[in-house]
Amino acid sequence: MEALVMMLTVFVLAVFVGFEVISKVPPLLHTPLMSGSNAISGVTVLGAIIATGAAVTTGMRWLGFVAVVLAMTNVVGGFAVTHRMLGMFRRKK
Amino acid sequence: MLNLLYLLAAVSFIFALKMLASPKTAVVGNLTGALGMLVAIVATLYAGGVVDFPTVLAGLALGSLFGALLAALTPMTAMPEMVGLLNGFGGAASALVASAELVRVHHTPEESLGLVAIIAIALSLLIGWLTFTGSMVAFLRLREWLLGGRPTLFFGQHWLNLAIFIAAVLTGVLLVQKPEVGPPFYILTALAAVLGVGLTIPIGGADMPVVICLLNSYSGMAACTTGFVLNNNGLIISGSLVGASGIILTNIMCKAMNRSFTNVLFGGFGATVQEVGAAGPGGPKTVRRGDAEEAAMILESARSVVFAPGYGMAVAQAQHAVKELADELTKRGIDVKYAIHPVAGRMPGHMNVLLAEAQVPYDQLWEMEKINSLFPETDVVVVIGANDVVNPAARTDSSSPIYGMPILDVDRARTVMVIKRSLNPGFAGIDNPLYYLPNTMMLFGDAKKMVLELAEALRQL
Repeated sequence: MEALVMMLTVFVLAVFVGFEVISKVPPLLHTPLMSGSNAISGVTVLGAIIATGAAVTTGMRWLGFVAVVLAMTNVVGGFAVTHRMLGMFRRKK
Repeated sequence: MLNLLYLLAAVSFIFALKMLASPKTAVVGNLTGALGMLVAIVATLYAGGVVDFPTVLAGLALGSLFGALLAALTPMTAMPEMVGLLNGFGGAASALVASAELVRVHHTPEESLGLVAIIAIALSLLIGWLTFTGSMVAFLRLREWLLGGRPTLFFGQHWLNLAIFIAAVLTGVLLVQKPEVGPPFYILTALAAVLGVGLTIPIGGADMPVVICLLNSYSGMAACTTGFVLNNNGLIISGSLVGASGIILTNIMCKAMNRSFTNVLFGGFGATVQEVGAAGPGGPKTVRRGDAEEAAMILESARSVVFAPGYGMAVAQAQHAVKELADELTKRGIDVKYAIHPVAGRMPGHMNVLLAEAQVPYDQLWEMEKINSLFPETDVVVVIGANDVVNPAARTDSSSPIYGMPILDVDRARTVMVIKRSLNPGFAGIDNPLYYLPNTMMLFGDAKKMVLELAEALRQL
């Protein structure tokens, strides 16, 4: 119970921080915001690493392996494409 | 110690999102987020109880390779698909982690999971798999490999979705009561996958910005539930940040279309095709048809020109041509601006990215609210592949399905040029009175070809 309350507290506060931070992003940058936050949602790779690293059966190891690959594709693809996109935004010289 | 490093990563994500709010700090912000992720991954490898390093490292390497290739090779016009695809990957990964955790408990019953973790596993399976299949439908649809752009709504779709959802919840309850790899686990997985398809299929091409935002939000929530499974605050914080960000963007998109969230989700907007064409209720309407030479002459004598791009510009990959035309105009001392509607294109900010790719400076990109007051003083507006977002019926015709939607008031400019393939209505299937206005000139043809012809005609003058 204690742990649940703690986790819920973290969850609720993080949602508020999220709302606060994102509402200030201008439409100009909505696509990089999406791909950037997309990369952050790949954070599930941490869970995938833990699950794969502690696999007790072959089945679990395979599930974990696929999860690591997919999540890491999400992370690297997301951050890299955001970087590429942001590099194109420039002011009038 | 591990949790402390996760906190550091979470803080870096918050800074990353914060810095993405301005083009000046965005690059550093994105790198900050990437660095935070690197720290979290290394910390997990070091202190996460990993035994089987070869499998984990192979997975990380393979994923990095795929990710890097996707990021480097995807053209800017395909960004909506790419984001959609990656959303799906994140969702699937979360669901797989929850599945793996269930397998572990199944084989080591002595380490029983808490009730919270089991409920979180069920939720993670549901959200994760529906994010995955939903994203795949969105991806296939954006590629136009499936169903085209029109919404597909068959009779009773929403009731069927509701029934599947209820069945999924009931199966989830069974799974929570007896957490093992058995029929409830497989059934829940299958139901979630079907639900993802059922929820996405009725939503049409023009509503894709909303779907992409929503799936983005789901992928964050899936990561968040995985955090509850593993009792991992790093995942909970990051997942909820993304969940919140997706919801906000969804909301902004809905407002820009003057539609409620539920209407987009359940509306099947534009599923019924209206009978439209040049012969409307008031008899046959006439359009003024122009050619490149005539249009170039009008452009040359203008002082201010505004481009209003839409999805058609993306399809025709016309952004570089538009920049070329804009350069010709600027050379002649004509003021050039771009009017960007929030839902123009297939994802939020789609037009901005394409024009940035064509090296249009971002201070020439104007948001709808700011540019609308300038249209009455604008000499020429060139509409390129946009339809519903410039449809004055949204302002005047209360019977129109898009009535009340905020639009770019291009019809208030002195001259409007519309570059379009034909008089066919857009994705929403709504006739556009803009085309029949006396100050509108229709330029029929492929967006890219026509814009290049205009630039050429301008040079010939």
